[in-house]
Amino acid sequence: MFRDSGHLIRPAVVLLLGLGLFLAIRAAVVPKGFGQYGHYRPGALAKIRSKPLAFAGQDMCVVCHDDQSKARAAGKHAKVACEACHGPQAEHANAADPSAHKPVLPDVANLCRRCHEKDAAKPRGFPQVATAEHSGGMLCNTCHQPHNPHL
Amino acid sequence: MDITRRDLFTIGGKILVLASVGATLEQIVGAEPPSDAYKMADHWWGMIIDIDKCIGCGNCVRACSKENNVPNGYFRTWVERYQVEESTGFHGEGKLPKVESPNGAMDGFPPLTADDIKSFFVPKLCNHCADSPCTQVCPVGATFISPDGVVLVDSDYCLGCRYCVQACPYGCRYLHPETNTVDKCTLCYHRITQGLTTACCENCPTQARQLVDFKDPKDPVHEFLRRNKVEVLKPYMATNAKIYYKNLDGSVR
Repeated sequence: MFRDSGHLIRPAVVLLLGLGLFLAIRAAVVPKGFGQYGHYRPGALAKIRSKPLAFAGQDMCVVCHDDQSKARAAGKHAKVACEACHGPQAEHANAADPSAHKPVLPDVANLCRRCHEKDAAKPRGFPQVATAEHSGGMLCNTCHQPHNPHL
Repeated sequence: MDITRRDLFTIGGKILVLASVGATLEQIVGAEPPSDAYKMADHWWGMIIDIDKCIGCGNCVRACSKENNVPNGYFRTWVERYQVEESTGFHGEGKLPKVESPNGAMDGFPPLTADDIKSFFVPKLCNHCADSPCTQVCPVGATFISPDGVVLVDSDYCLGCRYCVQACPYGCRYLHPETNTVDKCTLCYHRITQGLTTACCENCPTQARQLVDFKDPKDPVHEFLRRNKVEVLKPYMATNAKIYYKNLDGSVR
């Protein structure tokens, strides 16, 4: 061995210890799986995916409400999804007893107006009316059947 | 037993090295692979928006807010109404467009009667950029692009420093007032990973916005991009945004 090699070994040991300490702390602090897909925790993906639904989706509604969907398919509202007017219904659709979570009927006075009130910014071909002149305060569904609104 | 100081250091060193090796191994081996039908590698999500179909009803804004419990006064998606005066192009005559979005169009818009001016609606949301500035500035890796192309926030890991809020050129991020972490459009990640469309697309009555999967060869997006003149918002930012607008006016920022 070299003479006086102690002053080489001692710093080497300190260096190794420091490295070990660094690795140990790093392993303890860095979350599990970090970097599996990229610079983030892969567990976050599962957490974001686990969020419950509010809107059940068109296909779910049609399973039971076939009659209404057929009426709608014959008219201009064929491509308007159920929940676009009836609101979020996942609770109703996924319940063991759907009738216990009965959806409330849409607020017709505001619902139709939001889409069909005359606005210069709306596309030309889209059916629009100035509601005040058109119906004089009468509710739209007095004359129009919402699932197939053509008179 | 007689332990010298040297022995103590040696033993301590060995334990530390073993512990760190073990922890690193556990990290590499222990991460469990996700096991379900949804394969992230098979998808690359985006959206197409047809300006000529948007009627400014605000259904998307309301749907998003309900689906994702967006706090009042904050928006993951919103609709803007543009009014652009004709510009002759003489010096100093270029006018800025008038842009309004009352409460994000949560209740639609007050009727616009001025028919002598160009006006249209522009729905906006996170552009889920492939080269997103927001994910690049996060100091802790709390926001990221998922393997299927969705820009997400890990709310358990976010510090709330708001660098990303400032980095987003589209103004799509906000600090959630209750959690104090950053929140944004997830492209309804919880819905699209189980075969549903996003809440906004589901509830758009005119199909002005449609969720698309660029990796699906049968997706209508390929035909859409081939047949139409499309543009992304702020292309000069080189963010590689994945929300494509059909017939987007040059005045839109």
